[in-house]
Amino acid sequence: MTERIVDAVVVGGGSAGLAAAAEIARRGYQVAVVERELSLGGILNQCIHNGFGLHYFKEELTGPEYAQRFIELTREEDGIEFHLDTAVLEAEENADHKIVYAISKHHGVTKFICNAIVLAMGCRERNRGNIGIPGTRPSGIFTAGLAQRLVNIDGYIPGREVVIVGSGDIGLIMARRMSWIGAKVHAVVEIQPYPSGLTRNIAQCLNDFDIPLYLSHVVSEIHGKDRVEAVSITPIEDHHPDPAKTFRIPCDTLLLSVGLVPDNEVANKLGVEINPETNGAYVDARLMTNRPGVFVCGNVLHVHDLVDFVTEESTRCGGFVSDYLAGGGRDEAQYRVSPGANVKYVLPNFYAPGRENIFYLRPMIVKNRAELLVTLDGEQIMKKRFPHVQPSEMMSFRLGPANLRGVRPELANVVEVSVG
Amino acid sequence: MENYDVAVVGAGVTGAAVTRRLSAYRLSVVLLERECDVSFGVSKANSGIIHAGFHHSPSTLKARLEVRGNLMYDALQSELHFPFRRCGIIVAAFSVEEMKIVERLYAQGIENGAIGIELCSRARMISLEPKLNPDVVGGLHAPSGGIVEPYRFVFSLVESALKNGAALKTEFEVVEAKHEKGSFYRIRSRSGEEVTARWVVNAAGLHADEVSRIFGAEEYRIVPRKGEEFLMERNAMCYTNKVVFPVPSPNSKGMLVIPTVEGTTMVGPTAVEVEDKEDLRTTEENFEKVFYSARRLIPAVSERDIITSFAGLRPTLEGDDFYIDLSKETPRFVQAAGIQSPGLTAAPAVAEYIKDLLKKGGLELIEKPGYDPEIPEVKRLRELSMFEVDELIGKDPDYGEIVCRCESVSEAEIKAAIRRGHTTLDGIKFYTRAGMGRCQGGFCTYKTLKILARETGKPWSEVTRRGGGSYITRKQIGDFAVHSIGSASESAGKTASKKQRGTAQ
Repeated sequence: MTERIVDAVVVGGGSAGLAAAAEIARRGYQVAVVERELSLGGILNQCIHNGFGLHYFKEELTGPEYAQRFIELTREEDGIEFHLDTAVLEAEENADHKIVYAISKHHGVTKFICNAIVLAMGCRERNRGNIGIPGTRPSGIFTAGLAQRLVNIDGYIPGREVVIVGSGDIGLIMARRMSWIGAKVHAVVEIQPYPSGLTRNIAQCLNDFDIPLYLSHVVSEIHGKDRVEAVSITPIEDHHPDPAKTFRIPCDTLLLSVGLVPDNEVANKLGVEINPETNGAYVDARLMTNRPGVFVCGNVLHVHDLVDFVTEESTRCGGFVSDYLAGGGRDEAQYRVSPGANVKYVLPNFYAPGRENIFYLRPMIVKNRAELLVTLDGEQIMKKRFPHVQPSEMMSFRLGPANLRGVRPELANVVEVSVG
Repeated sequence: MENYDVAVVGAGVTGAAVTRRLSAYRLSVVLLERECDVSFGVSKANSGIIHAGFHHSPSTLKARLEVRGNLMYDALQSELHFPFRRCGIIVAAFSVEEMKIVERLYAQGIENGAIGIELCSRARMISLEPKLNPDVVGGLHAPSGGIVEPYRFVFSLVESALKNGAALKTEFEVVEAKHEKGSFYRIRSRSGEEVTARWVVNAAGLHADEVSRIFGAEEYRIVPRKGEEFLMERNAMCYTNKVVFPVPSPNSKGMLVIPTVEGTTMVGPTAVEVEDKEDLRTTEENFEKVFYSARRLIPAVSERDIITSFAGLRPTLEGDDFYIDLSKETPRFVQAAGIQSPGLTAAPAVAEYIKDLLKKGGLELIEKPGYDPEIPEVKRLRELSMFEVDELIGKDPDYGEIVCRCESVSEAEIKAAIRRGHTTLDGIKFYTRAGMGRCQGGFCTYKTLKILARETGKPWSEVTRRGGGSYITRKQIGDFAVHSIGSASESAGKTASKKQRGTAQ
């Protein structure tokens, strides 16, 4: 068993892990990035379409290009060591340090001894079992991300006659991708009355290819013994499926793009408290979990729709980790942030009144000319206008000392965030 | 043509246990299975309960073999290393009326010889299973009950049988059998392969009636009774100490909450008679039924934790008892039909019983000197300490390569499965658990495909989920002519066939 002593271990070398590690190293700390795949970049490597980096780099990059920017950034720092093809199996806390055990083919078990852990493992895809599509259990049902991997990295085509369940971004991107490689996409079926992917993807991936989008419809049954042979599709009217209007589409492949879930296995091993709303950890104003020294960022905290936001959040997380390693920030006063009307969640779950705080939130409604309303113990402290809000597009705002002048140590100081 | 002393038809738990038992004697034995791997029928999809001997009347063969089979599991586990735990079973009563039925079960259990069985007060029930619905009024505890991973049990039995000289033929669906003069049966498969055997054991599960007919033996009808189950992830709050049963109804033991040996929780099964022996559809209505029933027992059961659902079929026979006997219609033919619950529990005793029937029928059984009941244990990464893992990777680096992250399955385990003949995605899944966890193969499918192709030398296009037409991916990029815009199809990949081009235009 090899032992490595570092300041921080970052679990995951995708967009979140790379940004956090770069910042921690830039601040002069020794950081080990543990990545289970053979290359850095995580899921970006299979996202060969463009559209990444518009916010962060003001350029339109492909996934691998975006990842490469950060790989190069980390190369400029001396304090980073990469452990590729290495998987974290266990993590534990001792009195004055933390231990992360990782395994690899070539080095056996490596025991990392550190003071801080950054969880940046990303998310996994929801699957058939999670949404309970009735019917038979044939081959030919793929999550959209697995199909994307097979096509873009391995060069295999999952099938020729395709129906896609869910209008999430990966599903939309895959509708276009499958069309490009000669498959016929017969339908994208979405249970909600509005698409769950980005508007630009509806235009570029469905409309441009004449792929029908069935809103307020569900795949009500899968048919086929060995391989998928058809699916039944049922419209939802007045909030209930109307079986009389069920129709059938013959196909050999069903792709599922029905949402992502933070993949928190390592967090569970450390006893990190998980928020059932996001399936990610509860975090304080410094993106630290209930376990001191254990930080979280990126899609394992909550599912982002743009990698640019992952980068922002993770860089900020790297800064907080560095503060923690320097012994700072531990006595900073923090107060609760809670979701108000029409808000699914707001992160982080706490704020610090003495400095700037950046928040991400997900609305529960679709509305044009919407308003974001922030109150402090019931008193309005901010109002922000948005031309359009919908659940698939994450919103963001900042609160600084100027907004938070009303904070008094003797009060609850709860910030509540609403959208209307 | 291959000639055998005994052909066992059906590689489910009954056929596998019989074959292994017979492999201890100087006999040539062949196990014939219609699917592409063993345990792919009834034995794959069931609750995996080792019953404790109180559900069935002492007058039944079921009850006798259940109690006897239960007692044989510890020795089998030490020889065969399959996941098995005697966690105990409780039956929870929620009314005075239900408690009366529980008292009858208790009396039945005592008469059957169920070990350690006890009636419990409400307080005792809750201390045995703190997650139980507090509305419970009392119940029954059977400490000898347990849980097993049924497919792993079958895989181990078959591996042991093969090690001791038995033969296995998969994708051998018996379609014809002729009783020849030299007092043997000539048995033909759907694909035309033939074997002969002097003796036949019919352990064909759902298809036992068809096999019986093919051999000119008794006429009877197997009716499939479908059961749907839901699997919950390993971190689910509803994981219990004990297998929790409701009070049974006349035709079913009811829907239960099962803490599997591997740490997941299973709820179900339903019990609905169906026509089609291949009807494995799951439905929306049954989901509601199962969850309503499971929550009544364990309120912590939450649909948030579901990772998958599946259906299995019980091969039921009129009269609802096992039918294990020498045929009266055709010579040297043993019927083992209607082996539904508690067939898994009873299997080792059923094998013993069938061995005795064969002997009674005139088959000479001479012990084989070299018989070895043990098979080597395949180390599972998820069960080892970090020190053990480190040492193991030193010996076999494939233990350092994680294939399935949800269930911590290493490449070494995948290769062990392939070396034992499990060469489909489902076969590997059942042997290793790769793809059985939270993400249901979202992350590991392509890795398993790669290893399978590499180790078997087959192209990806020939890898299937579970044989037949269950292919995963047949085409590579460039194989399809691209639809739509004008001449696009002309520039399509070189391997596109004429027919595909035709449809594209």
